[in-house]
This record gives sequence, C-alpha cells and structure tokens, in this order.
Amino acid sequence: MKPASFDYIVAESVDMAVASLAQAGPDAKIIAGGQSLVPMLNFRLLRPPVLVDINRIAGLASIEDSKHAIRVGALTRHHQLETSPVIARHLPVLSCAMTHVAHLAIRNRGTIGGSLSHADPAAELPMMALLLDAQLCIASASGTRTVAARDFFLNALTVDLAAGDVVTEIALPKLPPRTGWGFEEVARRHGDFALAAVAATLTVSGGAIAQARVALTGVGPTALRVAAVEALLVGHALEPKLTSRAVDAVRAAIGPDTDLHASADYRRHLAGVLTRRALEAAWRRTNESAA
Amino acid sequence: MSKTRDITVTVNGDARKAAVEPRLLLADFLRQTLGLTGTHVGCEHGVCGACTVLVDGDSVRSCLMFAVQTDGRNVDTVEGLGRIGQMNALQQSFHEHHALQCGFCTPGMLITATDLIKKYPLATDDDIREGLSGNLCRCTGYAHIVKAIRAVVDGKAGDIR
Repeated sequence: MKPASFDYIVAESVDMAVASLAQAGPDAKIIAGGQSLVPMLNFRLLRPPVLVDINRIAGLASIEDSKHAIRVGALTRHHQLETSPVIARHLPVLSCAMTHVAHLAIRNRGTIGGSLSHADPAAELPMMALLLDAQLCIASASGTRTVAARDFFLNALTVDLAAGDVVTEIALPKLPPRTGWGFEEVARRHGDFALAAVAATLTVSGGAIAQARVALTGVGPTALRVAAVEALLVGHALEPKLTSRAVDAVRAAIGPDTDLHASADYRRHLAGVLTRRALEAAWRRTNESAA
Repeated sequence: MSKTRDITVTVNGDARKAAVEPRLLLADFLRQTLGLTGTHVGCEHGVCGACTVLVDGDSVRSCLMFAVQTDGRNVDTVEGLGRIGQMNALQQSFHEHHALQCGFCTPGMLITATDLIKKYPLATDDDIREGLSGNLCRCTGYAHIVKAIRAVVDGKAGDIR
C-alpha cells in the first residue's frame, strides 16, 4: 500500500498555499496533519496530482485569548488543544472532548483545521465547533471569508470549502458566566470514532436554564445541534421529567445508520443515555461555575 | 515517478542525507533507505501503531507521514532507545516483565510508552491502557506491557525521562 506519485509543494505562507492551490487545479490537496488524508493516499482512494504541504507555515498553530473568543490557528495540533491552559480555563468542555480524539500519536500530528475540513461523521471536532458556535476563517486566492460552523458541515465528509480554499483559523466564543458543561462518548475502544457522543452546555439565570446547547456526533451524516431539545430546556430548572423529555426529543431528532460497528437502534438508544448524562453533568457544573 | 527531493534528517542523533520521492513514507525511508528495520510496518494506514516513531520528540505514525516532511527534523526510532546489552530502563522493564512475545508490536509500544510517560501522569493502569489503545498487540494480551510501563512510571525500573 503505497501512494501514487504526486508533486509536492511546501507552502511557506497562506498566500503561497492558496496561490499554489489555484495554480495546481481542482484535484490538488492540502496536507496538514495527514492523519485522514494519508490513509486515503496509501489505499489510493485518492490520487491527487499535487500535494500542498501547509505544515511549515509560521503562525498558524497558535491559541490566542482575544476578548470574547479564543482564536485557534488551523494548524494547531489536537494535543495542543487538549493540553492548552487557555482552553481549559475558558472552554473546559473542549479540553474534555479532545481527550477522546484518537490516540496520542494521532493527536500529536492531526490538526484542528484538518479535522474540521475532513468532517468525519463520527469525529469530535465538528460537534464541538457546532456546540461552541465556532466561526471558521477561510482563505483562497480570491480573498478571505468567514463561515459559521452551523453553515459549514453539509454532509458526510462534505463541507463548505471549494477547491483552493484553506481553513486558516477557528474562532470559539467564550462560554457565558454560570455555564455548566457535559461531554459523554461511547466508543468500542478508547480513541476510536464515537458510536455516539453528546456535548451540552447549560447557562443558568435565576435558577432556570437561560441558554441550552446540545450537540451530537456519530448519529448521522454530520454532527448536529438539536434545536428542539434546546428550546424545551430553556426557562426551566433541570429535573428528571424534563431530562426524560429531552432524551426523547434527541432520539426523535436523529436518524443514525446501521453499520458494522453498531445498529441504528443501538445508536439511538445510546444517544439518549448519553444526553441524560451530559445534561445532568452540565446542570451540576452550573452550580460550580457560579463565579 | 515525480522528481526526488534532497532531504537531511537527524535520525537517532546522526544527520542522514538522501534523495527521496515525495510519496516515500517515513516508515519506508527508515526501513528501506536507511536500513533501520527496528521500526515495524503493520497496517500501513494508521491503525496498528507498530510503526510509531518520534519526530521532534512527539510520537507519530511513520506510515502517515512522508519522509520529505521530516527534512530538517529529528527522528528517533527504537534503535535510538538502546541496544542489546545497553537497553534503556523501559526496554529493560519490558524484558523483565515478559512484555513481548513475537515482538512485532514492541517498537511501537516502546516509542508510544516513551511519549506517554513524558506527557501524562499515568496515575492508574487504566490510563496506561487508554494510552496504548492505538497500539495493537496480537500475542501477549497487554497485561505484561501495562506492568512493564507501570514499573517505569513508579520509578521502580530507572528513569527514562
């Protein structure tokens, strides 16, 4: 299993990367961490004529605390995000999620921009981008644009990126005060893709939920937010009956597939169980984050 | 065949120069170009962990990286950990705890454990098992591997950090 031959360009800047992509044509590929791309090259599922390597672009691997958001460079490795004190302080739900991403050797190499661009239906990062209302900055030879995560994931392995586009940065708004979080995942083996995973944040005001966010992965062609569940939680304190209604609403909202890892029924059941745990954990933590 | 690139890579402390095709995997560069066959190749698509090496100190799967990408970088393989008669503490602990049978997964296990010990407290054996979940062993069944790493973490087998 060896890749077909390709021409290899080392981009030293974003400008050089997008110019190289524009010149190389629609079948060229960007290589960042390569943790999803190289297996496809080894299997020859892909035979791009040109690979543009963006790993040596300086300044694309930063985690920056700006006023209202954490700005994460697209070349930031999973392990950097997992262990970042800035992320731990402002987005602890993301620190937790990152420990579930694959294995250390893959987290050392895989990038945030790459995982979002690849958009595996069972990966954690697309779910977290949706949960946290991320904005993606995208560069191309014709300029830059910003896309909200909710508009970015279109289908399995399909995102709002044209040939020649490069994700350069992800902006993650900080969580509001008095926000608790929960993250729950089941995989057959630690680090495998999720059979189902649920992430939730609850923001409380006056003893009731003022804002709820619930996102899932592994239960459909893309990660998703469940607006119906979020709406039914707002205005109430979390108590067992409300949690059960939320669980039912999640199970009704998703359409998981059967594959060799798990049946659709099992995934739907699991999504409900994990929703309950994630909401209860988030509610518990709203009390801890009173400061 | 696309044209070759000249690269210089520091492998186990020695600068190695070679002309490589861009598509040459790091694993194949180490084994075939440099003759360092300690790095084993199992699945060739990033699942088994046998080919794990250190690049600039971080564990990576050498079947998921191209040799050309390591130009100017440091690569360390199992050959760099020690040798027969001069094994490092982790290798010695694997030896003493019978942490290998056929030995195919061992280079990847050793390199992965080296990075895990550096980056995580590994307070429980479950932490070690989770850390090893990306490395497949088909004969010893992991128990002895976990014990060998535990002994190093607990400082009972000498320091590798």
